[in-house]
Amino acid sequence: MKKNNAVLLSAPYLAWMVAFTLIPLGVVAYYALTDPSSGAFSLGNLANLGMYLPVLWQSIVYSLVSACICLILGYPVAYFIAHCGPFAQKFLYMLVMLPMCMSFLLRTLAWVGLLQDTGIINSLLGKIGIGPLTLIRTPGAVVLGMVYNYLPYMILPLYATIVKIDRRLIEAAEDLGCNGVQVFLRVVLPLSVPGILSGMTMVFVPSVSTFYISQKLGGTDTVLIGDVIERQFKQGNNPNLGAALSLVLMLLVLVCTSILNRFGGDQEEGGVVV
Amino acid sequence: MKQANRVITVLIFVFLYIPMAVLVVASFNTGKDITEFEGFTFQQYARLFQDGDLLELLRNSLIVSVLASAAATVFGTVAAVGIHNLNPRLRKTAMTLTNIPMTNPDIVTGVSLSLLFVFVGARLLGQRNSLTFWTLLIAHITFNLPYVILNVMPKLKQMDASLTDAAMDLGCTPVQAFFRVTLYEIMPGIVSGAIMAFTMSLDDFVISYFVSGLDFVTLPVEIYSYTKKPLQPKIYAMFTLLFLLILALMIAMNLIQIYGDKKKTQSRSAGV
Repeated sequence: MKKNNAVLLSAPYLAWMVAFTLIPLGVVAYYALTDPSSGAFSLGNLANLGMYLPVLWQSIVYSLVSACICLILGYPVAYFIAHCGPFAQKFLYMLVMLPMCMSFLLRTLAWVGLLQDTGIINSLLGKIGIGPLTLIRTPGAVVLGMVYNYLPYMILPLYATIVKIDRRLIEAAEDLGCNGVQVFLRVVLPLSVPGILSGMTMVFVPSVSTFYISQKLGGTDTVLIGDVIERQFKQGNNPNLGAALSLVLMLLVLVCTSILNRFGGDQEEGGVVV
Repeated sequence: MKQANRVITVLIFVFLYIPMAVLVVASFNTGKDITEFEGFTFQQYARLFQDGDLLELLRNSLIVSVLASAAATVFGTVAAVGIHNLNPRLRKTAMTLTNIPMTNPDIVTGVSLSLLFVFVGARLLGQRNSLTFWTLLIAHITFNLPYVILNVMPKLKQMDASLTDAAMDLGCTPVQAFFRVTLYEIMPGIVSGAIMAFTMSLDDFVISYFVSGLDFVTLPVEIYSYTKKPLQPKIYAMFTLLFLLILALMIAMNLIQIYGDKKKTQSRSAGV
């Protein structure tokens, strides 16, 4: 194909993406740097950000904990699926993907039904004489919600890397005298690092920015940065402060993903999958 | 080791599917409360189909997701062919641009688009209501496009470039060569991109929540607003039906893939 044809075909798309991804980010920066009432240039919104540092820190801690739990839970699953027959692999892959496509609002509400004080878990526990336990409105419930919602985002990239590991490398390690644990620690685990990093990113980014999970499963002390942003736009009517917080959130995500990518080295393979 | 992995895998699948099972069971419940099963009934399904408001919300969601995924599929496929033939430097820029909505948190995408629409609508055009059906559609097309591009690009890379050359040697114009050869080769990528875009669009809450106005609301946005009162059980009936729809779509996607792989190996062995 002629080069100018290629430009012709891709130009409308590039224009669209500039108009609806880059320019909006510019508008966010514009709002973040203007005063809500007068509309004049101001650094007031940025000066107010210090107040939200504890919330930001709490969001980071919750999401990192969730990402680590997802890794611990997701790795054995991804490993198991990668070592099934081709048909079982396709089927299990579909089973992991299916929850991602279903309404995450309703699935989170189902957890409310499971965890609440008169909920399903407490009534089952009551039958064997335990409880009722306070499960909902705790930090644990928020982390559970994050793990539940984003676990598939960990399993899929892990599976994609583990399935590509050359079996002959494992056989070679065994031939050279490694036992099972050594094969795993010295061969399989290092080779799955790209999947681990992309899984961590894909759990961390939606977790750190969520507001629904913390609103439904959390209490008054589990407010996250997403909640604060949502309130500025939908209740508090201070879009300028909300814009400043969104910028902070975006920078945080950029910094975290670039740190993760730095560890990963080879960006071409480990990049965005889903 | 293998045995332990199997047990963990089963437990994790139970964990992933229990909340959905709770919702499906609740759709057959005579009582209103999700936590207590009082008796079996199909009545919630009948109520669902009598509820005009709920059906309209579902229709709104379907309209947006069908239109947005169709537009993104056509637009994205054309763009992918263009990007594939760009010089490496421009191609890298295009892929960076494509990755922005994928790596940005949804809330940032939603907030940024909503601020753009309000800014352009209210300040530059003087509209009173700047968030409409059209802004929602634009937002959905924008976050659907990367899914299509990222599914089609690998197929274009895999394709043997000499196939289109052969078609043109045999007298096809470039446009004919595209429709008769390239399109056929990259079809699996287009189909999986389209299905992915459709499901993402149908289920999207966060971005829609920020960019939709009051006159056109989709189902997830409305479900979010039912915060204080308990959900009506007919919503669970709708969840069950949507579950079956998505399941059917996914099975279809898998079958297409298996069929495509089989045909490829057949044609290869026939060629030898």
